[in-house]
Amino acid sequence: MSGVQDDKTSETGHLHAMAEVAAIDATEAGDAVPEAAATEGAGMSVDTAPSPWRRLVSSPVVMTFFFLAVTMVLFSILAPGKFGTTSNFEQLAQNVAILTVVSIGTTFVIATAGIDLSIPSGIVLGEVFALKALGLVTVGSGTAVDVASEDTTAWYVVVALAASLLSGLLLGLINGFTVGYMRIPPMLATLGTLGGGLGIALLLQNGVNTATYALNSVATGQVIPGLSNLVLIGLLVVGIGYVGMHRAVFGRHTLAIGSSEESARRVGLKVERHLLKVYTVGGLASGFGGFLSVAYFSTTSVAGHSTDNLQAITAVALGGTSLFGGVASIIGTLIGVWIPAVLQNGFIIIGVQPYWQMVAVGVVLILAIYSDQLRRRSRSRR
Amino acid sequence: MTETATDAVRPPEAAAPLLELRAVNKSFGAVHVLRDVHLAAYAGQVTALVGDNGAGKSTLIKCIGGIHPIDSGEYLFDGKPVTVHGPRDASHLGIEIVYQDLALCDNLDIVQNMFLGRERTNGIVLDESSMERMAADTLAGLKVRTVKSIRQHVASLSGGQRQTVAIAKAVLWNSRIVILDEPTAALGVAQTRQVLDLVRRLADQGLAVVLISHNLNDVFEVADRISALYLGQVAAEVETSAVTHGQVVELITTGRSDGVADARPTGTEVGTEVGTA
Repeated sequence: MSGVQDDKTSETGHLHAMAEVAAIDATEAGDAVPEAAATEGAGMSVDTAPSPWRRLVSSPVVMTFFFLAVTMVLFSILAPGKFGTTSNFEQLAQNVAILTVVSIGTTFVIATAGIDLSIPSGIVLGEVFALKALGLVTVGSGTAVDVASEDTTAWYVVVALAASLLSGLLLGLINGFTVGYMRIPPMLATLGTLGGGLGIALLLQNGVNTATYALNSVATGQVIPGLSNLVLIGLLVVGIGYVGMHRAVFGRHTLAIGSSEESARRVGLKVERHLLKVYTVGGLASGFGGFLSVAYFSTTSVAGHSTDNLQAITAVALGGTSLFGGVASIIGTLIGVWIPAVLQNGFIIIGVQPYWQMVAVGVVLILAIYSDQLRRRSRSRR
Repeated sequence: MTETATDAVRPPEAAAPLLELRAVNKSFGAVHVLRDVHLAAYAGQVTALVGDNGAGKSTLIKCIGGIHPIDSGEYLFDGKPVTVHGPRDASHLGIEIVYQDLALCDNLDIVQNMFLGRERTNGIVLDESSMERMAADTLAGLKVRTVKSIRQHVASLSGGQRQTVAIAKAVLWNSRIVILDEPTAALGVAQTRQVLDLVRRLADQGLAVVLISHNLNDVFEVADRISALYLGQVAAEVETSAVTHGQVVELITTGRSDGVADARPTGTEVGTEVGTA
């Protein structure tokens, strides 16, 4: 097969093709093609390589990764023997794992040009459902809520996990139904379920938190020696998310709907049903995040997740997923989750007021979105 | 039926049209958009569908594409009556419609667009290399040489290239009829040229092509037959060579033209005798 070269560049997987097709027809060489070559250079084959700087600013993923790498190097230099240590990285990885899980789910939602503000209620409901399910399992004179972490069994874990996922499923289905079928704007639909879900969680708990050690091993144990389960789970979710978004039909249709809902409908995609699925993925991710949270922190935290939605959206946007839909990067989301965490951790270690983290994240976020805008503009110029 | 009338529509080899609509009616509420409309498309021919704004062209193709159900009338494909309930039914029959806009997703690349909704998979993962090969082969088969890389995002393509990709997408599926809604609207001269060449090539490859256009130059250049709609009714179905520019303008604007032998199957009585030539 003549011109096809298998040149998989990063995750976008550009496979360049076809000498015959690549030959520029004289009729159109005058206008469109050279300009397309100049603007879409990053995805092109050998010819017209744009300057490294242009490539950098034209890809938010590359830019945020660059930013993350530079900050890590800087902190390592400024705090030798403190920031760049294995233990610090283990700690960082554990800290971001739950947010990573949730952000992967919301990447799918944002890829459809939607948004999911109900993440905090998903997490808290996941925690509360897990706890209530443990409360249904009687152990001796008490329930599974009260067992010590070393006395727990796989059965308790499965029961709690199923309950968390059920809560996430229900929340996601409601979100998906209101957005997909009732055509309520996602921001308002999920604002509604944010309040409603939190309210139900607080009602179930009478507004107070409950501690349980039954699920500890899920988060702190090590199935693979040297790697905490929580981090392992986060990595697995990233892997699943990557395949789902970039290698499977599901992600392809998600991006198509985000790109142009009407075009997707014209080719026969069932847009409403797909949106229902996408929001369900988001809900499941939140519910699962709740399960992990109660496992890691050994308690529910009904008031402790109120900004998780904004953190997740920040991570997704930092990672180059377009809030206008149609463009998404799972690896970008992973990077986007790390940036705020690294900044906070690094500032504390070098003795800068950690509040500067909020400022820095805000600046980086705006720059990342701006670079996305630049790319969109240059691309749609014809 | 007079002799001239039968001569006016002379299908190429096979007499039977690949697609035929007979006495199709469609109303939206009180508005009667299509009245006893007849349309025939033959393999290997370009059939132009002309008519003023509001004549019912778009409604007609949406009925063919299964987006609107027809109220009454017959929908014949390959001589057999069929019912089409949605876009998937239509594409199942081998009918592909290229809409004027909204045909492609900007943020997806050419291959992704061409296979959207019909992706090939290898287990659960997409089979990118086979899709890429098929897309490349299809483009090469249509002698499309203007796109640099089939992994280019559609947003970076020119209008002509987009139209080309949309058409290539339609023929990728062994389709037998391609319906093009104003494919040259908003294109420059060179790009129009390209698209028209492509339209002709499709017919030469044996497909039935229905071309909707406002531009009579385009119509006279590529069409074998012309169907003129006027206020939801068929004003004439004629061979392109049998009419002049002026006559077609008259048909579009007034619904009749002296000297145009109307080649519809006699009147609008349904299904008496069709294609007896």
